[in-house]
Amino acid sequence: MTALLRTEGIKKAYGGVRALTGATISVDEGTIAGLIGPNGSGKTTLFNVITGYQRADEGQVLFGDRVITSLAPDKVFAAGIGRTFQLTRIFPRLTVLENMLVAAQHSRRQRHTVRRRAMELLEFVGIGGHADLVAGSLSYGQRKLLELAYVLIADPQVILLDEPAGGVNPTLINHIADRIRELNSQGKTFLIVEHNMEFVMGLCSSVSVLESGSCVVSGPPEMIRTDKRVLDAYLGADFEDDETGPPGPADSPADPAAGEDPSDVVS
Amino acid sequence: MSRGAAIRGGLLVVLLALAIVFPLVFTNPAVTNYGVFAMIFVTAASAWNIFSGNSGYISLGNAVFYGSGAYALGLMAKGWDVQGAQVFDLLPLVGVIGAGIALIFGLIALHVRRHTFIVVTIAVFFIFQLMAANFSFTEGTSGLNSPFLTWQPVPYNQNFYFIALGFAVATIAVAALVRRSRFGLQLRAIRDDEDRARGLGVKTMRVKMSALVITGSITAMIGGVWFYYINQVQPQTGFDPLWDLQIVLMAFLGGYGSVSGPVLGALIIEPGTLWLNTQPQFSGGYLSEILLGVIFLLVVLVLPRGIIPTGGEWIKRLRTHGRPAVAAAVAPEKVGAAVLAAGRTTPLQPPAKDGGQ
Repeated sequence: MTALLRTEGIKKAYGGVRALTGATISVDEGTIAGLIGPNGSGKTTLFNVITGYQRADEGQVLFGDRVITSLAPDKVFAAGIGRTFQLTRIFPRLTVLENMLVAAQHSRRQRHTVRRRAMELLEFVGIGGHADLVAGSLSYGQRKLLELAYVLIADPQVILLDEPAGGVNPTLINHIADRIRELNSQGKTFLIVEHNMEFVMGLCSSVSVLESGSCVVSGPPEMIRTDKRVLDAYLGADFEDDETGPPGPADSPADPAAGEDPSDVVS
Repeated sequence: MSRGAAIRGGLLVVLLALAIVFPLVFTNPAVTNYGVFAMIFVTAASAWNIFSGNSGYISLGNAVFYGSGAYALGLMAKGWDVQGAQVFDLLPLVGVIGAGIALIFGLIALHVRRHTFIVVTIAVFFIFQLMAANFSFTEGTSGLNSPFLTWQPVPYNQNFYFIALGFAVATIAVAALVRRSRFGLQLRAIRDDEDRARGLGVKTMRVKMSALVITGSITAMIGGVWFYYINQVQPQTGFDPLWDLQIVLMAFLGGYGSVSGPVLGALIIEPGTLWLNTQPQFSGGYLSEILLGVIFLLVVLVLPRGIIPTGGEWIKRLRTHGRPAVAAAVAPEKVGAAVLAAGRTTPLQPPAKDGGQ
């Protein structure tokens, strides 16, 4: 497998706060990769750097063999990297269908072809019946689906999802996971930031763990569950010898409160 | 669908016919004067709406284009010694100058957003007013006079009315085209979330600039028409802060962002202001200014979205007997929730329900 998307030693500081301290991750083509880490470990900042919303102070972002470091967001999107946001960002005063068409701008196909494709994608994510509603009237979960659908219309190679399961009900989480699997089977590559461990472990074929702005470990989910460095990252090094300690990330798949940060569960 | 379109098309034809017949029936220049000013403001408010209404970048500096158009026409007519009706041939050139000024205006102002943008537009506006008052070629505070037209009063007003009407119709047509186009969709996406639009491949700076150039060009040309109609321009009339507020108020009263809203707003406010200003008992236009302030407050408090969108919702609610139009699309047990939602501020609220149908 070849790496489709790679970051190499990305550094980013806000004043004195060092959000990223040399983040190196790699996403293989055709896989679903996960990116986890405690709150404030730099996951969203890394997303922003990859997609051009923030400039890296140092380091490189590579897409295939093309360097895309600090390209403008529209150019990154045109290159084939789509993303969603942690707090969904749709266009609330446009209709659902119009939301779809904003991202279809690059397409030179006929207008009705684009519309048909937009409707297909809305049906695919399950909100086809709401096409003519103002997008601001959708529920939070429906907005997540819309955001996924309108990123898809531009047919990006890689899709970065920032907490696709955050704040939505379990039924919808399963629905979203199914859609991601189906898209992946059609060849789409995903990089997913998510706190819901069950979601990440069930979906991803490889997981990278960020801590304090750099990647401490990456590998298949089974390895991540038991890795000492991951437990340290989430629980703090003090817990390493505590055999009877509270459940760590390895146990959290069964935890009903899995949507929360495990470090919060501990405290 | 087709019936609604036919009704709307028929209504447009009737309105256009009425607009054409108006100065032929009411030939009194004191009456047609209302028509000329109404059409000038319909054009200016619709032009304002093409950029500001769609993109959400509220400009309080469109008088920059209006005054510049007036001055440009006066200076060109004087410099090249153009006389009579031939002056109108200069209007396309005025449009080009307006576009150029919009480009410079945009390069200064379009790098900031929201409140900062509004403040920058006001600042640019005052710079232009100061330049007009202080440059020697603009004749300082005494301003410019236009070439003389030998038309009689009745055809004078009628001709200017038809010229202004032509501009108004063309501007409304452009506004409607923009509204339906991908370009218009990109503008409205910028209004909702500019960074997100950029992240979806919209070239935001180019889109904003194009819209501003269209607006600036049209506003400059209608400013030239206005100048030739009243035969003079001074720094404080060409670059009038109240003019800016009036334009924005017209758009907000009628329905900011819609095509017909600014037209309706201009047709209500401009004749009203003109009538009050010409009544001897309200000398000096103070009452109209106070009333403009009152209307501004009422719009902000009662009709923040304007007559056209709010009125449309009222009609829709009457037709559906109080239920929002989406009620039909949801399960029957959810209708109660939808009706409850309709009682709140926005009637288009479907019941909160994750995952679609």
